Amino acid sequence: MAVAGIFFYLFSAITVAAAFMVIAARNPVHSVLFLILAFFNSAGLFVLMGAEFLAMILVVVYVGAVAVLFLFVVMMLDIDFAELRQGMLQYLPVGGVIGVILLIELIFVVGSWALSPEAVATIADKAPSVGGITNTEAIGQILYTKYVYLFQAAGIVLLIAMVGAIVLTLHHKEGVRRQSIPRQVARTPATAIEVREVKSGEGLS
Amino acid sequence: MEIGLSHYLTVAAILFAIGIFGIFLNRKNVIIILMSIELMLLAVNINLVAFSTHLGDLMGQVFALLVLTVAAGEAAIGLAILVAYHRNRGSIAVEDINMMKG
Repeated sequence: MAVAGIFFYLFSAITVAAAFMVIAARNPVHSVLFLILAFFNSAGLFVLMGAEFLAMILVVVYVGAVAVLFLFVVMMLDIDFAELRQGMLQYLPVGGVIGVILLIELIFVVGSWALSPEAVATIADKAPSVGGITNTEAIGQILYTKYVYLFQAAGIVLLIAMVGAIVLTLHHKEGVRRQSIPRQVARTPATAIEVREVKSGEGLS
Repeated sequence: MEIGLSHYLTVAAILFAIGIFGIFLNRKNVIIILMSIELMLLAVNINLVAFSTHLGDLMGQVFALLVLTVAAGEAAIGLAILVAYHRNRGSIAVEDINMMKG
């Protein structure tokens, strides 16, 4: 188990350091890149815990979609980030005090916490034993049967988010010539062609 | 030294506190605030998965999947609002967002 301990401290140290750099970096692009580093190392922690499926989903969804979206927006918007950083020291004391108080409270909760013996009886879905089916297979077996409504609700959340993002960012510019298929289809020879009498030797004026 | 549940819970608590701290520290920059919210959701996910694997109950991992979905949707909507706001006002400073006098 020594190797697992070493990897736990490695992953968690890099995660915490990267998370701190996310909020402390001067350049927002660096913040996004540190966010990606934090997600990768959290995926490592998930693998250590035995949740391989969620680790891979974390890499695919967060690194592949969310972080790239952040990077895209940070680079697309033309913002003076130095101006936004002014007044940071003004918020540092109150933010530090609240953060440290919250951290101490949470660590007290973690330190004095104990599992009651009855809690084991309320387990809803037993995880597979070691050497049985894989984590992915076990999640698949309950996700599409017992929790199928939860799964559908997640899909609806994504659909609504997609529709909302498109509605918010789509806008039509004035003066752009677009193809109008009904007008094209409605054209007849009578409206499209004009027959002119041309006298010989004169041409059209 | 055996790595137990409380180790993972401590890491998640530190991540959550860093997320809170980041919201206070970067009061003017909405993008960093959104990233801090992502960090806090990540801490919640670590908690869910830690309890799930410690108790041998897979429901926690299914729920973490749902939290992941909501986080992705939240990032998409938040950044879309940011892009629309920047197009209209030319700035994303939080102090300027006071049209509703809230």
